[in-house]
Formats: sequence, structure tokens, C-alpha cells
Amino acid sequence: MAAAGSSDSDGDDLVSYGTALQPLAEGERLKKPVPLQEQTVKDAKGRYQRFHGAFTGGFSAGYFNTVGTKEGWAPSTFVSSRQKRADRTVLGPEDFMDEEDFSEFGIAPKNITTTDDFTSKAKDRIKEKARQIAGVVATIPGITAFDDLIGPSKITVGVELLRKMGWKEGQGVGPRVKRKPCRQKPDPAVKVYGCALPPGLSAGSEDEEDEYQPENVTFAPKDIMPVDLIPKENVHGLGYKGLDPSQALFGASGGHLNLFTGDSEDTSNLIGDLRHSKGRKLGITGQAFGVGALEEEDDDIYATETLLKYDTVLKDEEPGDGFYGWTAPKQYKANKRSEREVKYTGVILDGFSPASKSSTPSKIYPPPPLPRNYRPVHYFRPVVADGNENCRLQKALKESTGKLESDTRQQSRHALNASQRREQLGETDLKGPAPSVLEYLSEKDRERLKKVKQASEQKLKAKIIPQEPRNSSCQPTSLDGASHKWLKLLGPQLANAGSSDFKPFAKNPEKQKRYEIFVKGLKQGEKVDKLEQYLDPNTTEWEREREQEEFFRAAMFYKSSNSALSSRFTRAKYEDDVDKVEVPRDQEKDIDDKETAVKMKMFGKLTRDKFEWHPEKLLCRRFNVPDPYPESSIVGLPKVKRDKYSVFNFLTVPEPTTSVTQATNEKIQQSNILNKPKKPSRWDMSDKEKEKKDSISEFISLARSKANAQQQPPPVPATEEGGTGLSESLPTEAANEDKDQEEESRPSIDLFKAIFTSSSDEKSSSSEEESEEEEQPSTSVVDSKTTKQVDPPGSSSSNVQENVVPTTDAGVPLLPASKQELDATEEFGPKLPPAFSSGCTWQQEPELPPSFPGPSKREKQRKNRQKQKTKREHKHKKEKVFNLNINCL
Amino acid sequence: MSFPLPRPRRPQLPQHRKRNIQCGQGAVRAVRFTARGSYCLTCGRDKSLKLWNPHRGSELSSYQGHGHEVLDAAGSYDNSHICSCGADKTVALWDVATGQVLRKYRGHAGKVNSVQFNAEGTVIVSGSIDSSVRCWDCRSRRSDPIQVLDEATDGISSVGLSDHEILSGSVDGHIRRYDLRMGQLYSDYVGSPITSVCFTKDAQCTLIASLDSTLRLLDKDTGELLGEYRGHQSTMYRLDCVLSEQDTHVGCASEDGHVYLWDLVEGSLACKLPVGHSVVQSISFHPTSPCLLAAIEGQIQLWTEEPIEEM
Repeated sequence: MAAAGSSDSDGDDLVSYGTALQPLAEGERLKKPVPLQEQTVKDAKGRYQRFHGAFTGGFSAGYFNTVGTKEGWAPSTFVSSRQKRADRTVLGPEDFMDEEDFSEFGIAPKNITTTDDFTSKAKDRIKEKARQIAGVVATIPGITAFDDLIGPSKITVGVELLRKMGWKEGQGVGPRVKRKPCRQKPDPAVKVYGCALPPGLSAGSEDEEDEYQPENVTFAPKDIMPVDLIPKENVHGLGYKGLDPSQALFGASGGHLNLFTGDSEDTSNLIGDLRHSKGRKLGITGQAFGVGALEEEDDDIYATETLLKYDTVLKDEEPGDGFYGWTAPKQYKANKRSEREVKYTGVILDGFSPASKSSTPSKIYPPPPLPRNYRPVHYFRPVVADGNENCRLQKALKESTGKLESDTRQQSRHALNASQRREQLGETDLKGPAPSVLEYLSEKDRERLKKVKQASEQKLKAKIIPQEPRNSSCQPTSLDGASHKWLKLLGPQLANAGSSDFKPFAKNPEKQKRYEIFVKGLKQGEKVDKLEQYLDPNTTEWEREREQEEFFRAAMFYKSSNSALSSRFTRAKYEDDVDKVEVPRDQEKDIDDKETAVKMKMFGKLTRDKFEWHPEKLLCRRFNVPDPYPESSIVGLPKVKRDKYSVFNFLTVPEPTTSVTQATNEKIQQSNILNKPKKPSRWDMSDKEKEKKDSISEFISLARSKANAQQQPPPVPATEEGGTGLSESLPTEAANEDKDQEEESRPSIDLFKAIFTSSSDEKSSSSEEESEEEEQPSTSVVDSKTTKQVDPPGSSSSNVQENVVPTTDAGVPLLPASKQELDATEEFGPKLPPAFSSGCTWQQEPELPPSFPGPSKREKQRKNRQKQKTKREHKHKKEKVFNLNINCL
Repeated sequence: MSFPLPRPRRPQLPQHRKRNIQCGQGAVRAVRFTARGSYCLTCGRDKSLKLWNPHRGSELSSYQGHGHEVLDAAGSYDNSHICSCGADKTVALWDVATGQVLRKYRGHAGKVNSVQFNAEGTVIVSGSIDSSVRCWDCRSRRSDPIQVLDEATDGISSVGLSDHEILSGSVDGHIRRYDLRMGQLYSDYVGSPITSVCFTKDAQCTLIASLDSTLRLLDKDTGELLGEYRGHQSTMYRLDCVLSEQDTHVGCASEDGHVYLWDLVEGSLACKLPVGHSVVQSISFHPTSPCLLAAIEGQIQLWTEEPIEEM
């Protein structure tokens, strides 16, 4: 233990033990040893760690000689109270173990690690050998053989399979190959320093350099390291690698640091192969660049850097670096190598090589040359409002640009009022309060007003018409006159007549087209004889005439239905362009018959209709009733398809003064026939003529059938209520028959008056009044008075919404009496009783107006009629049309 | 020889005004006995629906959830559910116990005038002024009706149900009876807007009230007129008609503030209950006993038979 070393040559007796302290450097202060209490030890997580008692001199080490806690051994779960007894917990050994013991390398690792039994065979060869020996030596020899048999497989299935196929560890996978023809040989001049090369490359490049290569020997393919695709997680530029310490140490090839790889010659550079042709040892060095202590040539650490390695002038940058990319300054771009040499900068897979020829460069077209007077500022033309004072300016503009629209409608949109705009947009009328004062007038007053208006209009027209040149002598005068009359009628509506959403002849596209052109021409104010040319030239004159009239009528009808009437009528149930409509198969009995039956109190067969009705299957199930028609798929009333006719065949102009020359309408006659009781069915008629599409043949056949029907004695009961209507309609029918070959001169107003009075009035609303009046004359004084007010067809139903004014307090009258009365006349249906006793119309004690008037009968009757119209639309559309016409009077 | 059975007591009429309940929910649009007659429902103008014990005069609960005034209500056979309809175009199915809306059926395009449960409480049939009757399923969660009966050409004012028939009275003057068992639709024309329809208890006849101040009793099978009852006033409002508990009398509310009761067979006016001075908005007859509820203004009145001491 006493090591005597006489090292000194002069033979001192000095004996030195241990290693001598290093001699103090100049000016260095003596380091004080860290006292024991200040020496700290931290664990892996940076926590201060106390030494075990063995180090600190006792078992009860730690926190003031306790076991790590202030309380010492006192268990934290101890609860001393009578109510709360600490439940006994059985402490396992884990409770006394440190955290570290559970870690991977502790005594009792908690995370899953491979035990010896499951490690691969190759690793524990020694153990195996030991076991074999043990097996031989053991008392029962060969017992370990069983272990081998039962032993768990220690290699994965894939490896096992590969092995069966002859693969050995360390080899690549794949068919055996001959020596690779060309191998990139590392530059012998380069010394490789620093980091170990990637195993794939280094292995190859080193072993095989000087190897004997026999001809027909194949080798297993080399083991390939999978290509690592490293996600780019930093914000550096592409290919930037940061300072490689080795590169920094040994200097860069270009004499300065190359931060970007991607560069020219050396592809192997990409994977970190260091190939510095000069092997210079200069570089940016210093501690900051992370030269580890294990570097061999650490003298270079202190090598000073020189300014030579930095660029002082920006322009002197070497052009070949590719620093600039495609945005490089010109002089660099000029001598830059072509794109071909921009090389793929990744690892090149085996079996692939970089393309020798680049793909053909995409052709670049030069931008079009700018016109000479081009100014990159947009210039807006001033918008000229339509008006008289602007007329000249507009003209000037038109001349200059040739672009100004001739259609003034679009430009002067500010000049339109709301309803015109609405019509142009095709929106429906607002269901507000009645739009015109006319609604509130009585029938008589309205009629008077209308007459005055018509008279004045005609005067106006009369002034206009003579101005039109009447040089169309070749045209038949009747046509000319008719179309003039149409024009006159259409006058104010022309603007909207041909709106695009209205396609009355959609099922016949040619006709529709003709119609559109026709209306357009009409709008532009072309002469009648010019309009003729828009009609179908292949038809006869008579047909053309008819078509023209049809067009006029369509244009007329469009306006009236769109704006004025849309609020009063529900939408058609069936599309205009559908050929066939579905109607219930079984027809109801004529309501007139029922009416008379009710009056005679002959309830029973006369008042009863019986239909086949198919309930929904689920409904039957819910009612616990067997499905009466188990195999039918119909729900509700069975329907059949019927032919539908164009509305415009039936339209007449609501102008009582002018005699409308038009084809009398077959359908109208038919509907009149309907009114006769005991007629088989109106649909028998239409079935006959279902095939006939052509209007003329249709017309003739109808006339024929009409004549047949006429031959039967029409047993119309001269009922007291609708006598005028029916009796009027019959003569007109007869007259129509007579004339139906020439067919052009019947006053239409009679016809639709007849139809109107006979069909809708009688059928729906008047029936109730009359029955009431008859049956109880005592009470019907007020009643009949009120019901009579139903008759004005023009009164609107738009006040319904007003009725729904919610009143919060029922007891307080909210509506003024006048208003209430108004509402009372506008309501429909049997209304709800007044909320509280009130002076409403039927009680002659005016106290409080009912605070909530429900819908009254009156309105309902109107609605009733209206609804019947729509319901019956499919039966005979013309009824509705006629009603429309009358209403728009 | 045994004694003959005592003559059955003459059917009594509810002629005694037993109770007067202020409902406190605005005008009472409809009052309806529940299935057993022990409770009643009142539909208020203030969007509420209330459940009462009319015999005690106590309010049991109030159901809020309609968006507009409630126009009709009905209770299911087991009193577990209530259906109601209103001017908010909806039909609501309520849970009696919790007072919550279980379903709300939207689909009517107008005010819903009348609503009925079927016998098992699985279907709600509602009639609306949009001229359709809709059958709603209470079992499933489907929101659209099982079937829409839109044959009427005007608003439906009243619907009635028997075990396999749906009866609808419309303002177009027709009653339509949809027979599910036969798969037929019978349409009878009455000639005047119908305000109320109901089946008799034996489901052989239909009672129809119309706006010509007439009640008619039609034979269900043939449509023949069995009886006609007049004398009351009904020309404007939608008023109810009822049948007494044994189908011996028919009753109808009137606009003159009375409830009229006629003998069913003779057609003679049996009695006239002076309910008030205003329109009797709604009446409902007890299903088993001579007991009538009449709604007038904001109150309901319970009319029962005369007290015993009279006998």
C-alpha cells in the first residue's frame, strides 16, 4: 500500500502517495471543496435525490431522519376517529419500493420487456450451450431436449420463413445476383473522417474493393437499409442541413461553407458521404460549432478563421451554386447549366438511374403584346338615365359606342314602380290588404266606373288606330280588324306579355317559339301585317288567323292572371303543359240535383254519392280493420287520366262591347251539357275525342257530338234559382251550333255569363242562401242580407290575415266596431262564436265587439266557390277561366 | 209469477245548472268530456288547454304549448293522452301526466277545427279549414299523416269517428263517411254548411248540424233523413251538436244563448236550457249520465238532472 517510487534521479527521500495535484495556473483561485451537505445528487428527472441511509450514515435517512416525510413512518392513510376507521390495507412489497425500481431497469419493471425466454436465439447462445451441458450432466439426461421442443419460438414468422428460403442474417432479400457491374468507388484520395458512414454504403464500398470476383458465382443481394423519408419539421429552406460539424471542421469544397447540398457533382454527398477533394482543414471552428471532445483532431478547434473565407462582395458569388434558382440575376442565368443538370436530390433506388435525357421542356408562349394605347386603368362609361333631357346624350353615346341597349326597360328600372318590378321578376302579389279602392266599391259602382273607363280608352284608341297605315290590303279585313282590336285590348299589358316564365304553348315548342317572337314583335310596336309573318307559314290563312288570335289571347291572359288575379286564386292544380290530368274516376252527382233533393227533403239516394275509397294500409291496421283492398296500391279515390285542353282555346276577352270573333268553344258547350241532369258523364265525351289533337278536327267532332246531345231533349228543370243562366246558355249553344262552320261572330259575354251563373254560383254558394231563405224566412232577414254580399266576385279575400290579430286579453274589445264589421264581411266559414257577449251583427244589442272574430261564413262561401273552382278545374278548366275573366272585369 | 220489472226510469235531462266554472282562459272555444266523463277539457282562446274535474269544479292542470287559440281537444280512451288542435295549424298530442307535448303534427294548411282520437288512441283524426282530414299516427314518429282525406271541397268543420269509420262534415255541405272496413266513401249532401257531425252511440245514424239552423239525423247506411230538429238558431257560428247518453235526445248549442234538447224520435223540443245571453260556444254530453257541459264566453256550466227531491 505504500508505494515507494523513487522517480527522482537525485535520490530524494521524499515519498509521495497518490497522484499529485495539478499545479495551479497563474491567477487561478483555489477551488474550495464543496462541503458534504451541499453536494447534491439528482435523479433522471432532475429531482433532488437523497442518498440512501448507507451514504448518510444511518438507516433513518432522509428528511430529518424520517422516512422521507415529515411524519416519518406515520402512514398517510391513518385516520383516527371513531366514525372513520381507517380501512386496513394490505401492504405489498410495492408499497415500499421506489419509483425507480419499477422502471425498465429496476428490480420490478412494470413496463413490458422481453424476458430471456423470449429473446432471440442468437443472443443467448452461451446460455443455450450451458443448458445443453446441463442437459448432458443432469440426472435425467436429455431432459432439456423437451425444453427445446416446447420452447417458445424466439424469432418471428417472417424471419423463419426467410430462413427456410435460404436467407441468412446480414443478407439482403431477393434473388441472388451477380456482382454489380458498376460500383461507385469512393475517391481514394479522400480520407474519411468523422461520422460513421451509413451502413448500407460503407459496407459495400469497403469490403468489395479488392475482392476477387469469379465469373459464375452469384451473391446474395446486399442488405438494404430502408429509405428513410424524414418529414420536414423545421422552417429551414429545402435541403438546408445546418452546419455539419464535420464539414465545418474540415472545410468545404468550394472554399466556403456550403449549406445546401443539392449541388452539382457529388450525388453521394446527399447521404452524408464526405468527399472533400482537397481535404482542407480549415473551416469555421470553435466551441460554438459543436465539435465534440471525441474528435480526433482537436487541435483544429482552435484554428482561427480567416476573413478570406467570407465573401466581401455580393456579386462575386460563384454562379454555379444555384443559390439564385430561377430568380437569379441575368449574368448567372446565362451561363447557368441547363435544367437537365438540375438533378434529383434524393437517394436513387436500386434499379433506377437518373434520366439521361430530360423530358421535353414545356413550350412557353409569350404573353400577347399589349395594344399601343393600352392604359392599365379601367374607365367606366357614365350611366345615362333614360329621359327626355338625356335623349341627345344617349344618342351621342349610342353613336360612339354602338352598344347602348335599345331596350329601355332594363335601363330605366328606377322608373318602374313596385308592382311593375314584381311582375318583371315574376313574383307573386303580396297578400296584403286589397290593393285597389275598387274592391270596396259595390258591384254597381264598379260597373259604372268600368264603363267610363272603357269609353275613355276607346276614345284614345280610336285616335291612335287611324294613324296606323292600312296598306295591308292583301290581308282580309276581318283579320286586320280583329288584330287591331286585340292590339287595342292588349295595349297596356304588352310590356309584360311575353315574360319568359310564361310558356302557354310549352308542349309545342315551335308554337311557343312563334309565340315568343310574336309577342316580342308586338312589344316593339310592329304593325299587324308584319306580325303575321311570325306565324306559321305552312298553314292556311284561316289557321294562321286562329293562331294569331290565340297568341293575342295568351298574351292578354298572362298579364291578368299574373298580377291582378293571382292573389285571389289558388294555383292551378295541374301544370299547363301537362297533357293529361288525373281526375277521380267516379264523378259526384250533379250538385243541382242534390240541391233539389235536399229541398224536397228527399235525402237518400239522391243526395248520396258512393265512391270506392282505398284507405292506407297502416290506417287499417291502426283501426284494427282488415284492408278492404289488400292488393291495391291506390290510396284514396282511384284516379283516371283524362285529356286536358289548352286553356287558350277557350279564352275569350272580357270585353262586352267588342264582339270577339273567335272559335266558339267546344268545351264550353260541353260544360253546358253537363248542367243537364241525367247526362251520362262529361268524360264520355272527352273520351271520344281523346285522339284528336288537331284543333279543327276536334272542333268539328265536337260540333257533331254537340248536335247529338242537342237532339236529346234537354230536360232542364226550370228551377227558380238559376233559370236565367241556364235558359240563356241554351240559346247560345244553339246559336253556336248554327254558326260553327263559319263560327266567328258570337258575343262571348253571354256565353260565359251563362256558364258563370250556372256553374259556380249556383253550385256552391247560392245554394245555401236559397235553401236558407226558403226554409226559414223568419230568421233569414239578416242572413240573406249578408249572404247577398257574397256575390260581388271582386271582393278580395286578402283580409283574412287581419282577422288573425291576436288579442291577449279576451275580455277587452280591441277591434273597433267598424273594423269588426268589415272583418265580419270578409271572414269565411262558420266562424267561431264571439269571445264574449258582444254587439255583433246578429244580436241587435251593441255592447262589445267580439274581440276575436273567427272566419265568417261569407268568406268561406267565397272561398268555397273559389275552391270548387280549383277543384273542378280538372273537370272543365274553362269554368275557371271564365270566372277569371269575369272577375277581372 | 214474478213481478214485472219496474218500469225503467224515464230518461232524465240535464235541466239543473249545477255548477258554473270560470275557466280563466279567455273564451272557451270547446269543452269536451273525457272518455269516461269524469273530467273535461276546455280549449281556451289564450292558447291554453285545461283539464278540469267539472263535478267538483276543480282545475287539474293546464297545458301550454299551442301557438294560437285552441279549437278542439279530445281525450284518449284511457285518459293517458290528450290531443288538441288549434288555429296555429297544428295538432298536438299531450301526455296527461307530465303535461308535455309528445308530438306536434304539422301539415294542415289552415286552422284545425276538429280533432278526434280513434278507439284505441293510436290515430288522431283532424279536420281543418284547408278542406282536408288528416290521420296522424300516434305510435310511430313519422311526422306526415298516414292518410290525407282531401275529397272535401271546402273546410272541414267537424270530424267524428266510430270504430271503423271516419266522418267529416264540411262547409261545402257534404258529410263524408269513410268506411275503412268496406273501403267506401259515402258522401251525403245536406245543402248547408255543416258545423258539427257526430255518430249516434250505436253508430247507425249520423247527427248533422248545419248553418240553416237545422239538425238532421241521417241513416248511416242509406243516407235517408230520419229526423229533423229545428228551433234553435245557428246561422253563423260553428256550434256543436250532441246526442244524449242513451241516444234518446239530441242537443245543440244555439246562438241565442240556449242549449236546445229535442226528443230524438219525436223531434219535439224537449227542453231549452238558458245558459246565458251570448252564443253557446260548445257543448258536450256526458257519455254515461245525463250531464251536459256548455261553454259560454269564458265559463263552462255543468248541467245535471234535477235533484232527487223533486221526485
